[in-house]
Amino acid sequence: MKTSATVQRDTELADLARTIRREIIQMTTAAGSGHPTSSFSATELLIALYFRVLRYRAQEPEWPDRDRFILSKGHAAPLLYAVLAHAGYFPTDLLMTLRKLDSPLQGHPEKRRLAGVEASTGSLGQGISIGIGMALAARIDRKDYRTYVLTGDGEIEEGQVWEAAMFAGTHKLDNLCVIVDANKLQQDGWVKETLALDPLVPKWEAFGWQAIDIDGHDFAQILNAYEKAKTTKGKPTVIIARTVKGKGVGFIENRPDMHGVPLTKDEMARALAELAA
Amino acid sequence: MSRQKVMGAPTRDAYGEALAELGKENPAIVVVDGDVSGSTKSRAFAKAFPDRFYNVGIAESNLIGIAAGLASSGKIPFASSFAAFLICKTYDQLRMSVANPKLNVKFCGSHSGISLGQDGASQMAIEDLALACSLPGVVTLVPPDAVATKALVRAAAAHDGPVYIRTSRPKSPVIYQPGETFTIGRAKQLQDGRDATIITIGLLVWEALAAAEECQRKGLSVRVIDMHTVKPLDEAAILQAAAETGAIVTAEEHLLDGGLGSRVAQVVARNKPVPMEFIGLNDTYAESGLPKELFERYRLTAPHIAAAVERAVKRK
Repeated sequence: MKTSATVQRDTELADLARTIRREIIQMTTAAGSGHPTSSFSATELLIALYFRVLRYRAQEPEWPDRDRFILSKGHAAPLLYAVLAHAGYFPTDLLMTLRKLDSPLQGHPEKRRLAGVEASTGSLGQGISIGIGMALAARIDRKDYRTYVLTGDGEIEEGQVWEAAMFAGTHKLDNLCVIVDANKLQQDGWVKETLALDPLVPKWEAFGWQAIDIDGHDFAQILNAYEKAKTTKGKPTVIIARTVKGKGVGFIENRPDMHGVPLTKDEMARALAELAA
Repeated sequence: MSRQKVMGAPTRDAYGEALAELGKENPAIVVVDGDVSGSTKSRAFAKAFPDRFYNVGIAESNLIGIAAGLASSGKIPFASSFAAFLICKTYDQLRMSVANPKLNVKFCGSHSGISLGQDGASQMAIEDLALACSLPGVVTLVPPDAVATKALVRAAAAHDGPVYIRTSRPKSPVIYQPGETFTIGRAKQLQDGRDATIITIGLLVWEALAAAEECQRKGLSVRVIDMHTVKPLDEAAILQAAAETGAIVTAEEHLLDGGLGSRVAQVVARNKPVPMEFIGLNDTYAESGLPKELFERYRLTAPHIAAAVERAVKRK
């Protein structure tokens, strides 16, 4: 049986990133709501994971030995849905039903409604704890599947994240990898002006983690970090991915006022043109 | 003939024993505790199965999340802490990590109600049933004694889906003999009666039986029902009680808002309205004191229940 959709060449990964960004814009504009900019900051991180790293069987979503991925920052649901569609979980046609009544593509991901979604998220701060439970289950069963959790940087203001960080460090969960999509923005403004989270690398290291600081839009650095996470034993890994909120469409990048705002039809046309280039 | 009060083990002790027994039978059982395994009694499992037990520390949100992850990977996790911290502190984790995906997590809150006594209000969960019952799809169990606890913990493990089990700190009066069988959602009628019915849970089951005796001396025949499953309620037993006895009193060691009483009242009001009275905490926190003193102060004892029965019967 085929396990995982894979994309071999990095140029193809970049093409896929453009395609998926276009779909995210189309989905959220059609829905009239959603979070395109929060999806764009994590696009390369998720594409690299699903098409180069994760083991899964899209036709057998509950395959017990699959690697797990949890989108803890559930508001980036459009990104997850587009990636899952390209990974073969469902036809891409379904993407345009985002946020509509009876669609399995809820505004934030729900495990019971869509195959491939590993946790119901959207209430921030909960994903890493769930990932720990999965990693512990692997340890108990002596299975070698790995668990990945993507969180926002604003999201790690939640206290539960640090409860989880302490636990994973204490128990040396080297089958767990957390990716922080550090796009520097949260709903009401800049992260650094809201809470002083920096310096992130020594903070996670102090909790017993290997911390890798990368450019979160550079496929080579992303893939290198995933590989390092996989081969490092004795501690969990956090990838601090420096990203740009809205990345890929110039006029929505780094804009605090664009959180949770879909593009208008005119803006969509401009954005699609930019992404076609 | 007066019913004899024989004290048995606390329900929390029975919970620990049941876990240790289940652990032997089912390797999928994993227990996580929030640094109070000596109090919740999950330590009995920890000693027997150290590889399937985690003390997650004083971090209840993480506790619930970990249980969710274990359940979604095929384990049957039992998460334990004081009910106050397990339910009241982690409501959102229960809501989104467990109840929304309907995961097979069992969570057991010990030291529920006011019968934990001298530790005072911060440790007393008097709103946990309201919270647990407001989670869609979550089965909620309140066993009255050790025999019921062991049977219902076993039933919880066999049930596919989230279950909340509420246990208590002090010794519990014996209600059931070993070998008694329990089914989730099917209430136990402990004695029949014609004039009114007391529907009750937990440590108040004994008080209700004593209250029924008191009523008997005054010429009132009272049915007593142990509604060990607060959700889903045994609606048939409630409607039968309403139809056959014409008056209902509920009694619980919980706030009157959102607990057993309000849930039973919904069923009665919708289907077969009859006079009802409610025993429980009326919009107040409790305080430090001995369990007996607190039950008296907050009017949870047999004489108060008996008086409520008389009031309900008068309104017929």
